[in-house]
Amino acid sequence: MAKTLCFHCGDDCGNSPIRQEDKHFCCNGCKTVYDIFATNDLSYYYELQSAAGASPKEIAGKYDFLESQPILDKLLEFNDGTLQIINLYIPHIHCSSCIWILENLNKLHPAINSSQVDFPKKTVRISFNKTLAPLKELVVLLSRIGYEPYISLDDMEPKKKGVDRSLLYKLGISGFAFGNVMFLSFPEYFEVGEFWLEQYKGFFRWLMFAFSLPVVFYASQGYFKAAYKGLRAKILNMDVPIALGILVLFLRSTTEIIFDWGAGFFDSLTGLVFFLLLGKFFQQKTYSYLSFERDYKSYFPIAVTKITKNNKEVSVQVYDIKKGDRLLIRNEELIPVDGIVLSGNARIDYSFVTGESDPVHKFSGDKVYAGGKQLHSAIEMEALKSVSQSYLTQLWSNAIFDKDKSTGFENITDSIGKRFTITVLSIAFIATSYWLVMDPSKAINVFTAVLIIACPCAIALAAPFTLGNMLRIFGRKKLYLKDTRAIEELAKIDTAIFDKTGTITAPKKSNICYEGIALTTAEESLLKNTLRSSNHPLSRSLYNLLDAHDIITLDDYEENIGQGLMGTKAQDRIKIGSANYVGYTATNTLETTSVHISTNEVYKGSFLFHNEYRKGIAELFQEMSQTLDISILSGDNAGERARLERLTPKGTPLYFNQKPEDKMEFIQGLQDNRKKVLMLGDGLNDAGALAQSDVGIAISENVNVFSPACDGILDAKNLRYLYQYITASKKAIRIIRLSFMLSLMYNVVGLYFAVTGQLEAVIAAILMPLSSISIVLFTTVATNLLGKKLPS
Amino acid sequence: MSAIYLLLTLSIIVAIVFFAAFLLSVKNGQYDDSYTPSVRMLFEDELVTDPDKKLQTPENKSIQIKESQKL
Repeated sequence: MAKTLCFHCGDDCGNSPIRQEDKHFCCNGCKTVYDIFATNDLSYYYELQSAAGASPKEIAGKYDFLESQPILDKLLEFNDGTLQIINLYIPHIHCSSCIWILENLNKLHPAINSSQVDFPKKTVRISFNKTLAPLKELVVLLSRIGYEPYISLDDMEPKKKGVDRSLLYKLGISGFAFGNVMFLSFPEYFEVGEFWLEQYKGFFRWLMFAFSLPVVFYASQGYFKAAYKGLRAKILNMDVPIALGILVLFLRSTTEIIFDWGAGFFDSLTGLVFFLLLGKFFQQKTYSYLSFERDYKSYFPIAVTKITKNNKEVSVQVYDIKKGDRLLIRNEELIPVDGIVLSGNARIDYSFVTGESDPVHKFSGDKVYAGGKQLHSAIEMEALKSVSQSYLTQLWSNAIFDKDKSTGFENITDSIGKRFTITVLSIAFIATSYWLVMDPSKAINVFTAVLIIACPCAIALAAPFTLGNMLRIFGRKKLYLKDTRAIEELAKIDTAIFDKTGTITAPKKSNICYEGIALTTAEESLLKNTLRSSNHPLSRSLYNLLDAHDIITLDDYEENIGQGLMGTKAQDRIKIGSANYVGYTATNTLETTSVHISTNEVYKGSFLFHNEYRKGIAELFQEMSQTLDISILSGDNAGERARLERLTPKGTPLYFNQKPEDKMEFIQGLQDNRKKVLMLGDGLNDAGALAQSDVGIAISENVNVFSPACDGILDAKNLRYLYQYITASKKAIRIIRLSFMLSLMYNVVGLYFAVTGQLEAVIAAILMPLSSISIVLFTTVATNLLGKKLPS
Repeated sequence: MSAIYLLLTLSIIVAIVFFAAFLLSVKNGQYDDSYTPSVRMLFEDELVTDPDKKLQTPENKSIQIKESQKL
């Protein structure tokens, strides 16, 4: 049967699509959105990109907190009483249709003055009239058209002030100066000795001097600062010879033009700074729509509903929840604090926390933990702790989250900086002392020439261009790394730790097998028909697995929430559910999720639900174990041990029942033994381990949804190629080493001119750009070749 | 006063004007989002204005009422 796809969202419509004119919709929500667009002359939305929409979600009561003034004050970017501006993050923004519809919001609601989308950041900035529609109405409107904004506790934090654009300014200034100085120094290159050029030499030179001033004192600030910092920490990093080179270039050039000895090296000076900044700019690839710094605040809601003593519902900020407060948690809402269920049918999905998507049933009096998501109707709970003291959030008080991984990290360029600086300085001193004996007038000339020509422009460019390009290549292969440091660390990895649930297993438990006495056809038919009436996720997946049977009407059907189902037809009665419910007493199958069956009070057997492992995971383990130590840390019980042992190479250590702190300490223990650890995880419970490890990579089904703080996010579909990515990083480091050799060769040539006292401005002006450009070309070509070989 | 002083001064002034324009555009955030404008410029005023295409459902009426409030 051909699938009917929803006109709005592109999902499969199933057996009963909703029709309107010639269009099909998968649900009423989608149809409503279409109607809204069609009525407001916005149906062009569907022409830009077909099926671009999302079906709207149930939001009743969800945004009541937007009526509270203190919350509004923190969320709004601008507020003058009537006109308000807000910047909302909308995860669904993904195509040109999205941009178009969100920028035409003013056609949908008269209160909206204008709206502007920032596509890379997935945000929309809306300016609206508060008197015509408050923020809540706006958010509800957005949700109704399928663009539900994501508002979390994180938005309550004071906003970061402005964007740092200093690199762009610096790049602009040095590029401007470089171009103009090049022009002005052209006559000098040819030494034509023409009368008029001789006449204006001085003027030209002082102009070049003027252009170089902002370059030295503003654009190259960063290098002086880094060199100073390095020297104070007694480290000779690569910035030291760069800063020295810039300084010497400027001083010598200025002296030359003051005493009219020559034209100086202003062209090389400005060019050097321009190229270096270009490298920095290239390296700065960021995935602005991904956040690598998330903590629990990005997951948690701003406010929840509190039930006051006189049974009134009020919105209360999450930070203001006190012990003993009664809270109302609606369907799809997150539990913000640890507490006790008071009433209602609690079915809690802890997938944010553990990666385990199977909801857990809780009853009145049971304890629930912060971070769980209620999946059923509303429940009432009593808070036992405040937000910051809850079990999950306490993890963040650990010092590891305040540590910046880049401090103490020595990048590949700096690692050769020490030897390089010492070599250059010794060559400079030896050459100078030689000339002091031979021809003292040339000594200072030679000394400065060595420092100028040895200025490691090409070396400093090798790593930024190689790693910057690798970052982009990995991005195309769905491995999004936070910065270039992550690639360098990835190349050094010798141990890989995997989390189990959600990382190496797929989120859905679709692997079902039956153990016990075989069911007869009649029993199977009864089973299938009983399951048909139930909405429990386990029932649904079991229902889809069983062969089709005729639909029969049951004589009696009963669903005991949290226990099981009972169906009766004629004399046959079937019970489906927990071991207790069907009257099964042996408890050996407790370790896996199972559904037990009994007919007419006779126990038959059980369906076991297994985690399905991701495709190719066994091959990945096989490849990785050749060069790396691997182990698995699971927060779950040991129920899957036997299956995991089959998947992993012999002798792979498997650890079960690991708490978040245990995982963290385990990695710390490895690091104390000088191991370089790669951690792969997914849930918030891995956040500590991801932060502790040298490289923490979060595995994600959908990179736009939330993953904990990490160094990189890998699309779950490409987990299979992880090992290839690690080898590619190693090769990238090899490319950088080769580029170092290449640029050292240029340095040797330049040093020959310098120590023999023949360095002229034109040689420096040719050598410097030549070496830089050839390095950039080499690294770009090499990394692109490397990227081509990567599977995706 | 020689012509070259004048010419150089003029050319540098022109260059500096463009440079200032660049700095200003960076300051105004033109380079913060370098992707969306490239899509936005392809949109025209593509509103469907054919009245026959409009649909009448209870849902829409409520929105149209809101629209009628527009002054």
